[in-house]
This record gives sequence, C-alpha cells and structure tokens, in this order.
Amino acid sequence: MKLKGWKKVTPGAVCTVAGSALEFKTGSWRAFRPRWIEENCIQCLFCWMYCPDMAVNVKDGKMVGFNYDYCKGCGICALECPGKKGKKAIVMEEEGK
Amino acid sequence: MAKVVAVTGNEAVAEALRQVNPDVSSAYPITPATDIMQRFTSFVSNGKVKTEMILVESEHSAMSGCIGASAAGGRVMTATSSQGLALMWEELFIASGTRLPIVMALVNRALSAPLNIHGDHSDGMGARDCGWIQLWSENAQEAYDNTIQAFRIAEHLDIRLPAMVCLDGFIISHSIERIEYMEDDKVQNFVGEFKNLNPLLDLDHPVSYGPLILPDYYMEYRRAHAEVMSKVPNIVLDVASEFEKISGRKYGLFEAYRLEDAEIGIVILNSAAGTTKDVIDLFREKGIKAGLLKPRLYRPFPYEEIGNALKHLKAVCVLDRADAFGGSYGPLFIDIAASLYPHKNGPVLFNKIYGLGGRDYLPEHAELVLNELAEVAKTGKVKTIKEYIAVRE
Ligand code: SF4
Ligand code: SF4
Repeated sequence: MKLKGWKKVTPGAVCTVAGSALEFKTGSWRAFRPRWIEENCIQCLFCWMYCPDMAVNVKDGKMVGFNYDYCKGCGICALECPGKKGKKAIVMEEEGK
Repeated sequence: MAKVVAVTGNEAVAEALRQVNPDVSSAYPITPATDIMQRFTSFVSNGKVKTEMILVESEHSAMSGCIGASAAGGRVMTATSSQGLALMWEELFIASGTRLPIVMALVNRALSAPLNIHGDHSDGMGARDCGWIQLWSENAQEAYDNTIQAFRIAEHLDIRLPAMVCLDGFIISHSIERIEYMEDDKVQNFVGEFKNLNPLLDLDHPVSYGPLILPDYYMEYRRAHAEVMSKVPNIVLDVASEFEKISGRKYGLFEAYRLEDAEIGIVILNSAAGTTKDVIDLFREKGIKAGLLKPRLYRPFPYEEIGNALKHLKAVCVLDRADAFGGSYGPLFIDIAASLYPHKNGPVLFNKIYGLGGRDYLPEHAELVLNELAEVAKTGKVKTIKEYIAVRE
C-alpha cells in the first residue's frame, strides 16, 4: 500500500470509509496461532462470538476455520471453546514452530 | 439597537453563549468560571436556549462530553479555569487532534499549589501548545465579542479547530463594566447555522473517530495540524472585519496602541493592558514616545506580524502574568523574542513577571517599567533581563 503524504490525510484522522480496517492486515502481530481440531468441534460458535477480530470463518452457519490475515493470536477462542468431552477443538500453537 | 449594559465579564460571556444558543454544553463548575455556566444553566432551565446541558462529575468528563457531542455533529461550548483546565489536559489534545470546533471560555486563574483562586495566566499558558486557538480579551466587551467570533473561527470549514477565549479571573470575570450587547438576531445571523463535517450521527455516511495512528502516519497528522494552524490568522481577520460591520468594533490579531512612532514599548496581555495604556498616555504627555502591543490571537502566534510591528522600537519590555519555571523567561517573552529574531537591529528586550495569583498590577508598576525602558533605550543596556514586579524581598 502506498502511504499518503500529509496533504492527503483526513482532518482529525476520521475514517470516512466504512470497513476500511479490512485494508489493514494484523495477522503478522501473531505470536501464537489457533489450530482448529474439527473432530472435537460441536459447532457452538462460541469462538465466532468471542473473537475480537472477526477472524473465525463461518460458512452456512458453521465454523470452518480461521482467517489468518487478521487473527492476532489472542487465544480467546481457544479459552472459550468447550470442545467435545473435555477435548478442546481449538489449541494455540507457537508461530514458526 | 445595541443595548448598553453594566455587567461582569462572566455575565457578558454567558449572554454571548445564550445568543449563540449552542446544541450541547458539558461543564463542571470551578471558580472563577462557575458563574458563566451557572448563568447559562439558568437559561437552559428557563427555556431561553435549546441547549442540551450535560452536568458531569469533573472537567475531564466535561471536555470528554464536549468531544463526544462535537463529533456527533453539534455546536458545543463549555467554560473552565485553572485546575479545571489542568484536569482537561488529556482531552484538550484529543479535541484539537480530532479537529473538533469546541468553544471554551477560559477564565484565567493561577494554578495550585499553593492554592489560589485569583487571576493569572498560568492556566492558559500551560495549554498554549495543545493545538487550540487562543483569543485573549482585555475586558468584558472583548470577552463578549471574542466569544461570538470564536464560534465562526473554530467552525470555519478550512480549519475546524477548538478555540479558547481567555479573560482575567475576577479582575474581568467579576467586575462590572459598561458594555454593548448586540441584538439576538444579529448574533445568530453572524454565527450562522452550524455546518457539520463527518458527524457521527449521520447514519447514511458512517465514520469512525479516534483510530490508532502508528509511526507510519502520526507525523503526517501533526504536520497537517501545523498547516491548519497557519491558516487561522487570515480567518481571524476575515471574521473580525465581518464582525466590525455589525458591531462597529474593530479587532485584529493584536492591538497596537500608540506604537507607530514609539521608541519604547510594552507587550502585555489581557486586563493589565488597560492600566498600561493610561500610563502610556501620561508618558506621551511628557513627550516620551511610548506605545503598547497587546496580543489578541495568542495561538497560533502571529510571529511575523508582531515582529514587524515591534522591530522599529529601541526597547521593549514584555510583561508576563505567568512564570515558566526552568524556561529562562516568561512564556510571552519567549514568543516576542522569537518574533524579533529575524530582525537583527530590533529592540533591546527585557522581561518582567507580574500579577501572579491575582497580585495587583498598579499604574506605578507600569510607570517603573516605562522609566526603565526610557533608560534602556538611551543606553542600549539592560541590567537584568528577567525580574519580578511587586514581590517582597
Ligand atoms: S486467536 Fe483471537 S483473534 Fe485469532 S481467531 Fe482466536 S479469538 Fe480470534
Ligand atoms: S468454540 Fe470450539 S466447539 Fe465451539 S464452534 Fe468454535 S471450535 Fe467449535
């Protein structure tokens, strides 16, 4: 993305384009990456509800994985995930391992 | 017809605010500004204005409320003093950085400690670099006129910046003077309808305020702010000339009093300028060419114009009603020195600190300074660059 000069910035840093956060990919901030274990997933969608970055992909009402362009690796989804019979459907793994 | 009245400075500011009839006000009381909002809230209670009045638990919240209401898309004002302004500190920068045209009356008062409720300029000077416009007022008439003009300046679509109108605590805020009020419709026509810029409440055009700006963009925003500040003086002059048409009263970036042919001059802000002008008249009668410069637009400071207005003098004394601890001179002196920096053969400068915590500034103090100025103009030499007036040894 080409950076704008000072004459082009909007007054007061107001964002006038809705959804412009899409242009700012925050996935590189991640130190831990969530991994989905499908066989333990009960499709409760807690992960989708709790994710502060809308980085849980849902298709036809079902959790289908993560959007790693935006997932910052906060681990909230893994913490909230009830999983099946005590086995988590999301685990956090160190990036680069 | 304009109405001639005998009112206090606070009453005059409250009247201007009633006439402007802003959409929202959020305020918290503090001496000596309390009286402005007390009067204004009576206007609200009595249905004289349609302003939504938000009473909050601190000045931090007062300014936060103003920021929210201004971002939402309303014409907004408040008033404060001293510790109240200090408590707003964080929010002052948010208001200016977000370019919200909030108007605030600042009734100048000393800062604690030691606790003092009287007039000096340490509050306004502490906030001079926070990105707000500052208009300073000598008397109740100027405070009234500046308040009305401040809305037009702050809300101008080329700048959109918050503006403070400063007046001296007690000396002006609580003393009764003869002033002229304009008719309500004249004031309302002058300020005009509030024009929005990216209001939060425009649901058809959603916007977000207050994003995180990292090192890749922060400096561009600051550079843009500096540019916008540089446009303020011309707008202040345009608004002043329009104001003159409806009021008959003339305003500039500063007042130059008997300065054109002067050899010695005093630079001084707000109420003390009145006393000084009287003494200058006495010196003129004695054949001493004395003059005065009283800044009105203090932020942005019109360096070039003020430098040009003072460069021909032989000696200039800058009187500061605030100290700048650890900065070698008073804040006004530093700005005047910077204004004269490009003029190699400019006047000899010295600095007096006076009137802190409401200490009286008397004609004899102006006399002392003018006598010293006459001496310095003759010899070209200053004994002590910075000294305190009327302080006990
Ligand atoms: S780790 Fe955090 S950001 Fe990533 S998907 Fe889970 S909740 Fe969302
Ligand atoms: S929270 Fe866990 S179990 Fe629930 S949908 Fe997400 S991954 Fe599946």
